[in-house]
Amino acid sequence: MRGDRRLFSGLDLLLAPGTFVQLTGPNGSGKTSLLRILCGLLAPAEGEVRWDGANIRSLAEDYYTSVTYLGHRPGVKDELSAVENLRISNELNGVEVSHEDGLAALQRIGLGGRESLPARFLSEGQRRRVALARLLLCKTRLWLLDEVMTSLDKGAVELVRSLIEEHLNRGGIAIVATHQELELSAGVTKRLELTT
Amino acid sequence: MLRWIVWRDLMLAWRRRSDMLSTVFFFVIVVSLFPLGIGPETQLLRSIAPGVVWVAALLASMLSLGRLFANDYQDGTLEQLLLTPQPLYLVVIGKVLAHWIVAEIPLVLIAPLVGVQFDLSRETLWVLFVSLLVGTPILSLIGSVGAALTLGLRGGGVLISILILPLYIPALIFGAGAVEASIIGVAAAPHLYLLGAFAVVSLLFAPWAASAALRISLE
Repeated sequence: MRGDRRLFSGLDLLLAPGTFVQLTGPNGSGKTSLLRILCGLLAPAEGEVRWDGANIRSLAEDYYTSVTYLGHRPGVKDELSAVENLRISNELNGVEVSHEDGLAALQRIGLGGRESLPARFLSEGQRRRVALARLLLCKTRLWLLDEVMTSLDKGAVELVRSLIEEHLNRGGIAIVATHQELELSAGVTKRLELTT
Repeated sequence: MLRWIVWRDLMLAWRRRSDMLSTVFFFVIVVSLFPLGIGPETQLLRSIAPGVVWVAALLASMLSLGRLFANDYQDGTLEQLLLTPQPLYLVVIGKVLAHWIVAEIPLVLIAPLVGVQFDLSRETLWVLFVSLLVGTPILSLIGSVGAALTLGLRGGGVLISILILPLYIPALIFGAGAVEASIIGVAAAPHLYLLGAFAVVSLLFAPWAASAALRISLE
């Protein structure tokens, strides 16, 4: 429910470990709202979201030890360098990351050599990569990714695909809102199409 | 965890030092305008000093409060802070603590210096320093509620002043009252105790209210 408008109703989903949900639908159909409801930033008008059988409202901040949400905005600080951004966002989520681990993750995500550059000198796609590097280090089971493939080049999209596959193989769940088709060789793929 | 939030905000402030300096300059200039405008009437200057310095401190903190959450809101990091596995009020306390260190401590340190222009005695300058040291956390704490409520609103800067300045009144009365008591030669301690009590009450309630306001602003 956004304003007076009902975006979707009667949505009932049970996700087992290793499930990949591809969330599609035209602009304004509620993909972002659904993801924000799933991560608890938005309260659903009716119904509830449960994690391991418990309502996420009652789990409160404990829920966030299991969830990583990457939104439209990369959440990267202009004043900090790529490696500082990565380390701080992980430490705040309770994951200790040494400087070396941070460098290695950035190397893998394709930002080798730009680790110490303030993020304001990075391009849109490179900032996106800094945000995605978090996925390499976090140990959460549920990934909620909102249009993370925008402004990424082919190589990076391929990298995201392999990251999600690894995550599914570890028994994780990923819900990804995207317009691009992702063909995964691991896990169970479900498609959820929202209509306006 | 708290340590990381404070460290992060301090580092961000250090990378944007000009913001911090502009607050301090604003405070110094506003306080200095009064002796220049009124002229060398020491009796008058001495009696307006407590109010002038305190009001200038309130206005200076208004300048920096707008940035408390707004920058994080714009680049999406605030969203991420809400999704960290720790109570939101701890995040708010961390950010408020960093704001106090960056925006208020410089004012506290420089206040005795600018106070000299008002012909205050050494003892009164000391009371001024202590009253600001005890009182400025109130400004950061209550201000965080206003900053959270006006997040993402157009013209939030004016709105935050209208919302928050009235709530600063108790701090202004007891803070300026302590300095005034010292000028006329009675004990300043009762005022300072009340100011301290008000600071503790705001520490209890403000982070709570601010985190509730943040959740609403980010819906």
